[in-house]
Amino acid sequence: MVLSIFQIILLFLVAAIAGMGSVLDSFQTHRPLIACTLVGLVLGDLTTGIILGGTLELIALGWMNIGAAQSPDSALASIISAMLVIIGNQSIATGIAIALPVAAAGQVLTVIARTITVIFQHAADKYAENGNFRAIDFCHISALIIQALRVAIPVLLISLFVSPAGVQQLLALIPAFITTGLKVASGFIVVVGYSMVINMMGAKYLLPFFFLGFVIAGFTTFNLVAFGVLGLFLAMIYVQLNPKFQMNQTSMNTSVVANSLDDELDN
Amino acid sequence: MDIKKSLTKGDLINMFIRTNFQQASFNFERIHALGFCFNMVPAIKRLYSSPEDQVAALKRHLSFFNVTPACVGPVLGVTAAMEEAKANGAKIEESAINSIKIGMMGPFCGVGDPIFWGTLRPITAALGASIALTGSVLGPILFFTLFNLARLASLWLGLFYGYKKGLDLVLNELKGNKLQKITEGASILGFFVMGALVSKWTVINVPVVVSQITASDGSVITTTLQNIFDQLMPGMLGLGLTLLVCKLLKMRISPIMLIFILFAVGIVGSALGILA
Repeated sequence: MVLSIFQIILLFLVAAIAGMGSVLDSFQTHRPLIACTLVGLVLGDLTTGIILGGTLELIALGWMNIGAAQSPDSALASIISAMLVIIGNQSIATGIAIALPVAAAGQVLTVIARTITVIFQHAADKYAENGNFRAIDFCHISALIIQALRVAIPVLLISLFVSPAGVQQLLALIPAFITTGLKVASGFIVVVGYSMVINMMGAKYLLPFFFLGFVIAGFTTFNLVAFGVLGLFLAMIYVQLNPKFQMNQTSMNTSVVANSLDDELDN
Repeated sequence: MDIKKSLTKGDLINMFIRTNFQQASFNFERIHALGFCFNMVPAIKRLYSSPEDQVAALKRHLSFFNVTPACVGPVLGVTAAMEEAKANGAKIEESAINSIKIGMMGPFCGVGDPIFWGTLRPITAALGASIALTGSVLGPILFFTLFNLARLASLWLGLFYGYKKGLDLVLNELKGNKLQKITEGASILGFFVMGALVSKWTVINVPVVVSQITASDGSVITTTLQNIFDQLMPGMLGLGLTLLVCKLLKMRISPIMLIFILFAVGIVGSALGILA
């Protein structure tokens, strides 16, 4: 598969959108599920893009930026991995093996990009002195370009030089025991994401619900929707029954009870 | 007498659109400082006519700020309401506006992070991914739609509610336990689904043979270590590994480092035949 000029331009745009998504963290275009799907669409193999996206999404489930801390970078990882898998006709397991080192490299690029953005912040300070609204808007929005290019430039370089034979030759250099090992490891690498979510949750006294979910999943074949609904009801029941949330109402309720007792006595 | 200055619906819609780009200039010096100022631009333009007041307001909102991006709505709404009161002559000190902003940062990070990053995204993404693994385009579409609908609703409702309630929200409502109820409820849902994911989607297989018994009919029954683990508790190795990784993360070992360590474990384990 040789890329057309049109495809290279589209890949550049998809990479830019994913790059902007990774800093905005709003539309989620940097998540593997979206980014790999878009790459699949551009390269004419939507299904592979979607399946790779789903696989990487599970690994990246807990990758999140809390405060100023940076997680591994899903934007660059998803796009380069999807490109190489589809162009080089590789397996999904190989895609994971490609994605993870790229995620580490992307994390470094993110930190650099977010440090460069300090310049935009200082420029905005200057424009504020003159009350220049337009320039402040421009500083803010143009900082996005740095983030877009952070992903789009590496992707452009790869799309210009990549060839199916090249990808296959490169990946053939990896010995078989490593690819098998990576495949095995990809089964349990997801726990890093789960652990990041668990650690981020502040309320550790709610951990019994985690173990409850674990035990129920172990002995049933409920799907994720069932777990979502069950969890929602558990949450509602917990909040309704928790004495912590009843402080104001208890005094009211007791007086109501007292009144009704009075009424009964009157009768 | 001054004509009362107030924000139009158009200004608020303009601010709502801007909140979607809250983190465009995310930087390590002041995080969302420029982003918050960018969100406030329509309000400052409407409320202050003299250049001095405009400059003062712009500079006021270029100070450090950081919140879960989907939860900036209420903070922005309350701040806009305070600026409106100030523009109409109320005696509100600059420092009061700043301290309300900073004061709301904590609670809304506390609510926003567990709800959006701990519950909503993992659940919608896991749901989307499970459909995507079958090759259906419904997976990514579902994830994109569900997450963004919730996020946009939070921004829109938060902004309008915050603006309408103004200071009232900070002084009275936030002291109530509504926010805490929502956070705890979301954390329960998040924990519960995460528990299910650990069991269902972590694949660890230890094929080490423990015993081989030849049954009376001549067939060979092989028991591996994995069979024993599954009989005790399905998924118990995944759970153990998750708890271990939680501990290691708390010891400030970076996630990417742990991923590479687990890769190494997989390679060594499968080469030795302990893992498959």
